[in-house]
Amino acid sequence: MAAYTTHPAQPSTDKRWKLVDAAMRRTGKSPRSLIETLHTVQEAFGYIDEEALRYVAMSLRVPLSRAYGVATFYHFFTLKPAGRHTCVICLGTACYIKGSRQLLEAVEKDLRVAPGETTADGEISLLTARCLGSCGLAPAVVYDQEVAGKVDANSLRKRLHDWNEQARSRHDA
Amino acid sequence: MTQTGDIKTLKLDGRDVSARADETILQIARQNGIFIPTMCELEGLSSPGACRLCLVEVKGSSKLMPACLTHAEEGMEVTTGSERLVNYRRMIVELFFTERNHVCSVCVSNGNCELQSLAQKVGLTHVHFPYRFPGEQVDASHGRFIADHNRCILCTRCVRVCDEIEGAHTWDVMGRGIQSHVVTDLHEPWGASASCTGCGKCVQVCPTGALFEKGRSVAEMHKRRQFLPYLTLMREGRE
Amino acid sequence: MTPDELEQIAEKERAAQSECATELRVCVAAGCLSCQSDKVKDALDAEIRQRGIGGCRVKGVGCMGLCAEGPLVSTSKGKMYKLVQPSDAGAVLDTFDPGTQDKILPAHLHCPTDTPFFQSQQKIVLENSGIIDPERIEEYIARDGYSALMKALTEMTPQEVIAEITASGLRGRGGAGYPTGLKWSTVAKAAGAKKFVICNADEGDPGAFMDRSVLESDPHRVLEGMLIAACAVGAQEGYIYVRAEYPLAIKRLRTAIRQAERLGLLGANICGTRFSLHLDLRLGAGAFVCGEETALIASIEGQRGTPRARPPYPAISGLMGGPTLINNVETYANVAPILRKGGAWYAGIGTEKSKGTKVFALAGRVKNTGLVEVPMGITLRRMVFEIGGGIPEGRQFKAVQTGGPSGGCLPEAALDMPIEYESLAKAGSIMGSGGMIVMDESSCMVDVARYFMDFCMTESCGKCVPCRVGTYQMHRILTAITNMTATPKDLAMLEELCDLVKHTSLCGLGQSAPNPVISTLKSFAAEYKAHIEEHRCPAGVCGIDAEGDKA
Repeated sequence: MAAYTTHPAQPSTDKRWKLVDAAMRRTGKSPRSLIETLHTVQEAFGYIDEEALRYVAMSLRVPLSRAYGVATFYHFFTLKPAGRHTCVICLGTACYIKGSRQLLEAVEKDLRVAPGETTADGEISLLTARCLGSCGLAPAVVYDQEVAGKVDANSLRKRLHDWNEQARSRHDA
Repeated sequence: MTQTGDIKTLKLDGRDVSARADETILQIARQNGIFIPTMCELEGLSSPGACRLCLVEVKGSSKLMPACLTHAEEGMEVTTGSERLVNYRRMIVELFFTERNHVCSVCVSNGNCELQSLAQKVGLTHVHFPYRFPGEQVDASHGRFIADHNRCILCTRCVRVCDEIEGAHTWDVMGRGIQSHVVTDLHEPWGASASCTGCGKCVQVCPTGALFEKGRSVAEMHKRRQFLPYLTLMREGRE
Repeated sequence: MTPDELEQIAEKERAAQSECATELRVCVAAGCLSCQSDKVKDALDAEIRQRGIGGCRVKGVGCMGLCAEGPLVSTSKGKMYKLVQPSDAGAVLDTFDPGTQDKILPAHLHCPTDTPFFQSQQKIVLENSGIIDPERIEEYIARDGYSALMKALTEMTPQEVIAEITASGLRGRGGAGYPTGLKWSTVAKAAGAKKFVICNADEGDPGAFMDRSVLESDPHRVLEGMLIAACAVGAQEGYIYVRAEYPLAIKRLRTAIRQAERLGLLGANICGTRFSLHLDLRLGAGAFVCGEETALIASIEGQRGTPRARPPYPAISGLMGGPTLINNVETYANVAPILRKGGAWYAGIGTEKSKGTKVFALAGRVKNTGLVEVPMGITLRRMVFEIGGGIPEGRQFKAVQTGGPSGGCLPEAALDMPIEYESLAKAGSIMGSGGMIVMDESSCMVDVARYFMDFCMTESCGKCVPCRVGTYQMHRILTAITNMTATPKDLAMLEELCDLVKHTSLCGLGQSAPNPVISTLKSFAAEYKAHIEEHRCPAGVCGIDAEGDKA
């Protein structure tokens, strides 16, 4: 298999593959750079699909099954595209004690998705975090990378409502 | 590293035995006819120390030590079969049974299964923990072999033999915790695997009926492992 | 870089600082930043420029501790303001603008610092937090930064450095409390051509944010600790393994590494000596088990983060088979002060077996949530009721949880116990990395135990059977108890599983996973009994689903 002896061809002409190649070069292009490279892929593409995993594994000479094992071991990596918006509810101890489970239940009910899933319209992904380290502000929720502290069910529902409204107006336009 | 000429004397279940420093408690026990149950360990492969069945008590250590990875030391006093250990081992075998769906009566390995014979050896009459009953897949896409995940106990022998002996590394473990599974390549059907050489080593080292040859009926799958010590020995000779 | 050149940088920075009569410090660590403290900083800046107040400047600093009252602003003259919004910039400036000094500060902004929360603390690790700009190496140097490294390189032998650390009595702050000096000397003596130092910044305990704060507030302190350690054990390569969930800490560490390299404090031939150290970051990817040292090493090597059996310990055979020193962020953060002031000074703080100070992240049902650093030996009662300010809303204290999913819940009766490694372990918990969660009567202890077991079950790597299947079984039983469907037989089974998983699991995660269950079974047996025998939850937490949606 020629792909194992030379560097495989980039899966597409997408410029983001250059970022991935640069990350692999920077970390010495060894099997040890697998996790660092997967971070770069996820940052560039938002998720790691089979094509990306195959390309990275071949480039770094990591067996395919090992690459898959690593990508699925670490929960930070996602193999599916995320929604337009993400809502991460912290389930760290401090947040849990202050009612983040109730927040999660409210969202699960409203959006009809389980943690790790995306709504059918591809708008919102619901995620949970083990601890954001914002325990002083419990319960904490991250809306699209932005941390909000002392969240209650009302403010959470309002934000989700706003997102849905935006989606509707986009849809109408 | 310790020199192989270095001889230690130690006590195994009250019996004085001698051993080389590079030998494990498990090897010494086997030489002396002492049975210590094992599952993930297989001679010729590396030992992950993961099944925890071979744990033994070492005097002076508060922690139980895996016999497969603990080396002989001078003056060591090892107990291999205390009531506590026997109890733990029985519970661990029970946990194996509850994790997936093990139904001996319809299994190709019935009568030739290491999990089954281990249950008999540790005196397991019934499983008192509740079963999980997960819905597991059966992969029959390969031309000659079948992988039935209902019977997999995640010992990772297939992963190690494929990596360490065959050199293909077709198998690995995906996910983590109770969600762990063995997979081929990028979680593709085994038959579609580009890396699998079809050598069948994984099938032969599998302790249960999780990996078996096509065409075998209930109780017809006998595993043949003579190749493993042979290959290991021949490779050592080459170095 | 020579000691004289370092002193010159310090002098120059101090001189620049003394030109400024008042310095306004705005916390820009993650806690306050999530309350838009960056906008507060901009607003203050704009207000000063608009008023044209001389000798006054605004800067971003690290954590001031009282995270629940953020955004926090303090002045170089010791005043503190809480809950500051961008619109409050004028009111804050009024208090020291010569023109408007007589105006009274609105009460909601006033943050008294004469309270036990601030006064009971003793800061070593956090001595610069909330004072210096974490993104400027000069400020760290102006506060004696890197002078300990100079001392270690030019005045001391590696053996003397290790002797000083040993004399200080410092123990691993990651949780287990292994003597740091002993670990260093093992790595120093271990044979190996290539040795490594690793900083474990994979702070995974839910409810703990000490390491994040240190990295965001004073990253150079950690680099200096690692440099001294590398010099003492003979390592030339180092890694900081930090959680990907801490983007700000990662950014500040990267900045700090670049700055130290530019000044010749990091890299090849440091300060003109033969000592070289190359530091790099490795990002975690959401796996709690990677806090375990052998799993962490596997992860740095690009593999699944599964632990392996020890021995051999990483000190003998670690990263790429070389002798490897792994210490936690807070441990490294203690190193420079110990070298500057001496091991004996450090050993004078704390108790007989637990020396120095410890940083705790105080959270949960307590008035003052935030970050505190206290001398070892302080009682849990003082932590909760004096420093923490007690339980809000007039509720009753129920338990304090230390050590995260590896620790235990301590009841009222344990409150007068001093905080030490041994006493906490004896009481059924552990020191842990410093998470301290206070619970009141509104928490159900069975539900808390179930919560931690859920954590351990999903974070189990799955390598060994007792942890992989045992945590699943324990979680199943605890869920049944909280659903009121468990029987006394289930409880007996739970106890059996606790014993099995604790004693037969491969690594610390599994071995300590039963701790939250064991400790609650011991101190709150009545709550388990109420769920099982009377089908009721005394705290009113469990069974909510059955009664309908309360939200």
